[in-house]
Amino acid sequence: MNFSEAFKLSSLLCKFSPDGKYLASCVQYRLVVRDVNTLQILQLYTCLDQIQHIEWSADSLFILCAMYKRGLVQVWSLEQPEWHCKIDEGSAGLVASCWSPDGRHILNTTEFHLRITVWSLCTKSVSYIKYPKACLQGITFTRDGRYMALAERRDCKDYVSIFVCSDWQLLRHFDTDTQDLTGIEWAPNGCVLAVWDTCLEYKILLYSLDGRLLSAYSAYEWSLGIKSVAWSPSSQFLAVGSYDGKVRILNHVTWKMITEFGHPATINNPKTVVYKEAQKSPQLGLGCLSFPPPGAGAGPLPSSESKYEIASVPVSLQTLKPVTDRANPKIGIGMLAFSPDSYFLATRNDNTPNAVWVWDIQKLRLFAVLEQLSPVRTFQWDPQQPRLAICTGGSRLYLWSPAGCMSVQVPGEGDFAVLSLCWHLSGDSMALLSKDHVCLCFLETEAVVSTACRQLGGHT
Amino acid sequence: MGDWMTVTDRGLSSESKSISQYTSEIKMSPSSLYSQQVLCSSIPLSKNVHSFFSAFCTEDNIEQSVSYLDQELTTFGFPSLYEESKGKETKRELNIVAVLNCMNELLVLQRKNLLAQENVETQNLKLGSDMDHLQSCYSKLKEQLETSRREMIGLQERDRQLQCKNRNLHQLLKNEKDEVQKLQNIIASRATQYNHDMKRKEREYNKLKERLHQLVMNKKDKKIAMDILNYVGRADGKRGSWRTGKTEARNEDEMYKILLNDYEYRQKQILMENAELKKVLQQMKKEMISLLSPQKKKPRERVDDSTGTVISDVEEDAGELSRESMWDLSCETVREQLTNSIRKQWRILKSHVEKLDNQVSKVHLEGFNDEDVISRQDHEQETEKLELEIQQCKEMIKTQQQLLQQQLATACDDDTTSLLRDCYLLEEKERLKEEWSLFKEQKKNFERERRSFTEAAIRLGLERKAFEEERASWLKQQFLNMTTFDHQNSENVKLFSAFSGSSDRDNLTVHSRQPQKKPHSVSNGSPVCMSKLTKSLPASPSTSDFCQTRSCVSEHSSINVLNITPEEIKPNQVGGECTNQKWCVASRPGSQEGCYSGCSLTYTNSHVEKDDLP
Repeated sequence: MNFSEAFKLSSLLCKFSPDGKYLASCVQYRLVVRDVNTLQILQLYTCLDQIQHIEWSADSLFILCAMYKRGLVQVWSLEQPEWHCKIDEGSAGLVASCWSPDGRHILNTTEFHLRITVWSLCTKSVSYIKYPKACLQGITFTRDGRYMALAERRDCKDYVSIFVCSDWQLLRHFDTDTQDLTGIEWAPNGCVLAVWDTCLEYKILLYSLDGRLLSAYSAYEWSLGIKSVAWSPSSQFLAVGSYDGKVRILNHVTWKMITEFGHPATINNPKTVVYKEAQKSPQLGLGCLSFPPPGAGAGPLPSSESKYEIASVPVSLQTLKPVTDRANPKIGIGMLAFSPDSYFLATRNDNTPNAVWVWDIQKLRLFAVLEQLSPVRTFQWDPQQPRLAICTGGSRLYLWSPAGCMSVQVPGEGDFAVLSLCWHLSGDSMALLSKDHVCLCFLETEAVVSTACRQLGGHT
Repeated sequence: MGDWMTVTDRGLSSESKSISQYTSEIKMSPSSLYSQQVLCSSIPLSKNVHSFFSAFCTEDNIEQSVSYLDQELTTFGFPSLYEESKGKETKRELNIVAVLNCMNELLVLQRKNLLAQENVETQNLKLGSDMDHLQSCYSKLKEQLETSRREMIGLQERDRQLQCKNRNLHQLLKNEKDEVQKLQNIIASRATQYNHDMKRKEREYNKLKERLHQLVMNKKDKKIAMDILNYVGRADGKRGSWRTGKTEARNEDEMYKILLNDYEYRQKQILMENAELKKVLQQMKKEMISLLSPQKKKPRERVDDSTGTVISDVEEDAGELSRESMWDLSCETVREQLTNSIRKQWRILKSHVEKLDNQVSKVHLEGFNDEDVISRQDHEQETEKLELEIQQCKEMIKTQQQLLQQQLATACDDDTTSLLRDCYLLEEKERLKEEWSLFKEQKKNFERERRSFTEAAIRLGLERKAFEEERASWLKQQFLNMTTFDHQNSENVKLFSAFSGSSDRDNLTVHSRQPQKKPHSVSNGSPVCMSKLTKSLPASPSTSDFCQTRSCVSEHSSINVLNITPEEIKPNQVGGECTNQKWCVASRPGSQEGCYSGCSLTYTNSHVEKDDLP
């Protein structure tokens, strides 16, 4: 495993291009595009203000930089550096901006969700979509980029509109049986739309592309409901995480629940492997004599090292007492993600924030639990294989795979606090983001690593 | 009772005393006197009676007394004390004989009475003790009754209390239910109120939004604009088309096409799955038939008719169903038939397997208890005994030889002794020969026995192996049937299950065969190693315990969690350490993939020389 040097970064804005060739990162009002392999700067664009959001177009030809404060969007072309495009939303304001899947249209949501403006880069045409709903996840595109589903709210009722992305024609418009729709998400095959209600009510509805209601599911009443939803990449399963600390898996044939994954504070099943991150200071014991003297290497020694230990069951995990008199209590399944081959599901229960649970979807049982020393910030699956990268806001990167897990100290001067991470689509490298730096971590074979290092050496 | 007796006695005696005094003074009627005498007979009489009589008869009243006595006696039916007088006027003479007779009779009577009294008394005593006993029993029972009554009352009380509690709880439950209902109603009402308010607010908000929209959008905001250098081409290279009814229809078409494609895809998948399942079913059926038909011949005599007919059914079905066309038909027509036949076969197979299991367990037991263990013990004991005997005999022979030599050395000149010695030697030789032949015989027997044992053991092992194989194949078959995951996964599962199944079987066979062939060898190869590994591997090889892990890896090279030999590790690892980089791997025990062999162990900081990289 190799690490690149750290580059400057602001507001965690760093993204790999969809084709995997480039890495875009923002430093204040500058946008830097690098080559992923050599890490050399290819382009440097200067925007009008501090960038708050960037997004690659699907064909990796354009990058959108949004400056919400100014109500501005600037688009840059990678092929023609001199080409520029600036969209000003004026007094209407701007709260969100995104590409359409064809990479030639930009959808801007104005303040107060008054409307969505669809700007075309091909023609002068501008389309407006009225009544978009202000909710967590109100716009979703199918994976093939053909259709867009949009949550709407008119006359105190929720609606979903399905648009054809090629000409922005309204294909279907139907009301949903929800109190206060919170999110919509297409199945990866683009034929089923999952619609879920506000957390006050446990309700998830499944609509076909043509607007037919396929099924509705509700696990319980009265208490707080759905917190997170994820489709399996095979579209076979829909995982629904809720405030009761359970994940329910629905199947794609009957849309009924297959199983329920509880997240108990103690793990008793001896088949489950529990990895516990343990910290020990290197000065302890006689073993430290074999260590190189501190200060001999490039940077100062970290104060302590950590490693995983396999805890023997029963293991009790650290839990938080949720504060019940506050809104948005820290309970329930806040994060869940399927591995790219749909064999594993990783979850985080928000009142055991230090633990990541990995479930075996083939056998429908708990496979492993990783308990970190500090709360888990993000986890993300390797796009190519069942390998999970986890960061906790410390200077370590954690990796899990069915074979085992490991923790890696991110090198560099001072602590590189990894706040977020994103995988390269090849699964060979990932970008580790700290508050104001980004560094690339290479997991690939020796050859690639050495070339990268050589390039890097030349660069530095 | 005793107390009571004595008390009454005393009272009686005192009474009698007083009575006697009384009579002595007031002259009671003789009848009462008699009864009194009877009553107080228990008291030592002599003095009393003496005094009594002295009081009764004095010098003066002899006549009267006699007449009185006579009167009394006659009334009691005794003959008169007086002689039969001829004349009325003449004074009757006291007939001594009669008096004596009377006295005698009285005495006899008295004795009889005393006896009777004694009897009565003993009886009385007996009865008294009986009474005593009964009374104690009675009191005991009474006590018991009392306690049980008390208990009953207690229980009743408790029952009552519990009932009361129950009632209370019921009441509470009801209250709670009511409360829940109430709360639910409250929640519902609040929810509706909230929704209503929300709606109101939302309406207001919408109005505001509308207004804002008008204000912001309608006035020609110069700022809302796109400033673009030149328009770019569409991603697909085509030109945009006007929206017409046609495009709408086309979009609809496309949508339905997509949906149809999805459904078709799913149908195809289902069909594939179905076909696979059918295949598996068919295969299972075939194998079942092949499995069941050979053993049919033998057990048919034993097995009752029902299974026999079933088997023949099966054969017929097999004949029908093995035709390929059958399988291409939709399941609808064949389903019932198929499921029925499969069910039947399954039942047969199940019973067969159960039987086999039973047999195996029996064989197991027999093998271990009767033939194997005990005989082996005997065997060992026998050998030990024999060896001991041989040892003893050898020693004896040695001492004898020594003695003979001594004799030879000391008394070689003496003829007689030599003669004697010769005789002795001959005799000894004869005896030794006999013993030797006996030994040989024993040895031969012993050898034969041993051979038979080994043969039996081998046979047993073979039998077991055959059974294990049969079972494993059956298990495998079962695993194959269970692959109902999607197609992609099913292969995986198959692989996995097959692997695990075979390993299981291997383990089994290892376990089962080992102890027979090498009864005393404990080193059972793999399991021991495994356990060792699981113990040693979980910890990470993070530098300090690295050596240990390395040795572990080299020891058990079959498990390559770290896919690296120590020689490979060394340079990289040292390099890594030099650059202060700490990393740790905790691998799952027993996992075969060295997943991190790719990202293996080398971390190089950009500042490090790249040349030492491979």
